[in-house]
Amino acid sequence: MPGLEDLYREIILDHYRSPRNRGELPSPPARRAEGFNPLCGDEVVVYVELDGDTLKDIRISGQGCSISQSSASLMSGAVKGKTLSEVHDLIHTFKAMMSIHEARLGDGEGDEPVALDPDSLGELAALQGVVKFPVRIKCATLSWNTLAQTLDQDQGEALASSNEH
Amino acid sequence: MDIASCKADFPLLEQTAHGRPLVYLDSASSSQRPRVVLDAMDNYYETTHANVHRGVYAIAEEADRRYEAARLAVGRFIGAPHPGQEVIFTKNATEAVNLVAATWGRANLSPGDAVLLTDMEHHANLVPWLMLAEERGLELRWIPMADDYRLDLSSLDRLLDGVKLVACTTMSNVLGTIPPFARIAEAAHKAGAVVLADGAQSVPHLPTDVKALGCDFLVFSAHKMLGPTGIGVLWGRQDLLEAMPPFLGGGGMIADVRRDGFTTNELPLKFEAGTPPIAEAVGLGAAVAYLDALGMEAVHKYETALTAYALGTLTERFGDDLRILGPPNTEDRGGVLSLAYRDIHPHDLAQVLDQMGVCVRAGHHCAKPLMRRMGVSATARASFYVYNDESDVDTLAEALAEAGSLFG
Repeated sequence: MPGLEDLYREIILDHYRSPRNRGELPSPPARRAEGFNPLCGDEVVVYVELDGDTLKDIRISGQGCSISQSSASLMSGAVKGKTLSEVHDLIHTFKAMMSIHEARLGDGEGDEPVALDPDSLGELAALQGVVKFPVRIKCATLSWNTLAQTLDQDQGEALASSNEH
Repeated sequence: MDIASCKADFPLLEQTAHGRPLVYLDSASSSQRPRVVLDAMDNYYETTHANVHRGVYAIAEEADRRYEAARLAVGRFIGAPHPGQEVIFTKNATEAVNLVAATWGRANLSPGDAVLLTDMEHHANLVPWLMLAEERGLELRWIPMADDYRLDLSSLDRLLDGVKLVACTTMSNVLGTIPPFARIAEAAHKAGAVVLADGAQSVPHLPTDVKALGCDFLVFSAHKMLGPTGIGVLWGRQDLLEAMPPFLGGGGMIADVRRDGFTTNELPLKFEAGTPPIAEAVGLGAAVAYLDALGMEAVHKYETALTAYALGTLTERFGDDLRILGPPNTEDRGGVLSLAYRDIHPHDLAQVLDQMGVCVRAGHHCAKPLMRRMGVSATARASFYVYNDESDVDTLAEALAEAGSLFG
């Protein structure tokens, strides 16, 4: 609808309606972390299975709005099979894309433009329109922060976190 | 004054959003305020401001007079037997509950004592008791909500057994449900409990009389009843307030201070440490006068008719696609409509509605235990006040249809 084309791109709606890599993985051995967006009640659970230095498999469960769900779905496709170093880079690049607007909200002027390589984001670039809707940025970054959590934890912490809720 | 034409009194509602007339349906979260409230506050600052309870000069006396006049007006508005002593100005309803928990609660609740809450409470009337329960080792009990979105009182007597405090909403901010508060309070008193009413949702919309409610404490916020932010009210029974220890310490709340101690001031100043929100009190006084001029019976009747129109219009147009989480008719129900439309997430729904100029709230509405009880993580909530009319409901319906076609 007029005014919302940048937010609700067709590819986003497609991933929302047909989320990829939806489900759970046995944990352990898979790592598991939960993320919450306290403002809107969205929650996401990310399961990742590592094979040495590679993110071998990923599953996402939880519930949320079209932006958080499609972002999680797009993310799962983008990181599956990648090396951990590549995954870290992608998380960084995605969050940089999402922070452009937030940073500009600060003082409006003089922010260093973040150098983005659009090719490195592929389909994820569809989420760029979200930055025009600041309230929704947290929806888009929820699954990414949760993925980062699974990677940052050692296995013991990951299990502890999964028992918290 | 005529409610049907009062919208013109609200300057904020003259604007457009995304090129469309603003349709404000989020008054359960915070209302807008009429020009007379803004003028009263401006006039106070422009002509009268000085600190209260301190000065002997003319404008200080006038500031004092306006501040205390607001207290009396608020007291009369809720039928307080002793408005000059029993109406305490706080920061908001949340702080008022915290005040009761921190003073009456700490003085009267011991490990093992039980506090009875309900499934429908706002976090403001939950978390202070969770905090105190953790600190004091209290038992929290819950009046359950039945599937018809009303409180199930079938086990009330058993739940009340040994309870020291009952803290209950007078209108759910999620469902619009108006619980049979007076009945609960009567049973609670028979069981020897003290009763706190969370009136944040009902005081702005229903005639209120603390004697008829039968509560011992009543809390509410000015910003939900056409008044400013930054001020709320605690009404308490005078004997309870007298016996309670003070809340915050500082200037104004003391009668005497020595190096080895202090004695507290008389009511209500005992609970108003530091410079109070004077202009806000003046604004609240003006809001109360405005509501009085509309007449709270008339306000309730108007909103009930509008709610009936909304329930009818939305149900007829959307049928099973639209689920209204709350009572399906206007009996014992306020103008709060929590909506679940198809499987569109409330956040997405609110985004599309915003594009149509319609302001609704999406989220858990600070009632997470209730959301869990209903098995949803969030709802989109439309809520009405005196400045809304049937055309707002029609716009809401149009916007829902737009959302349906976008996410269809």
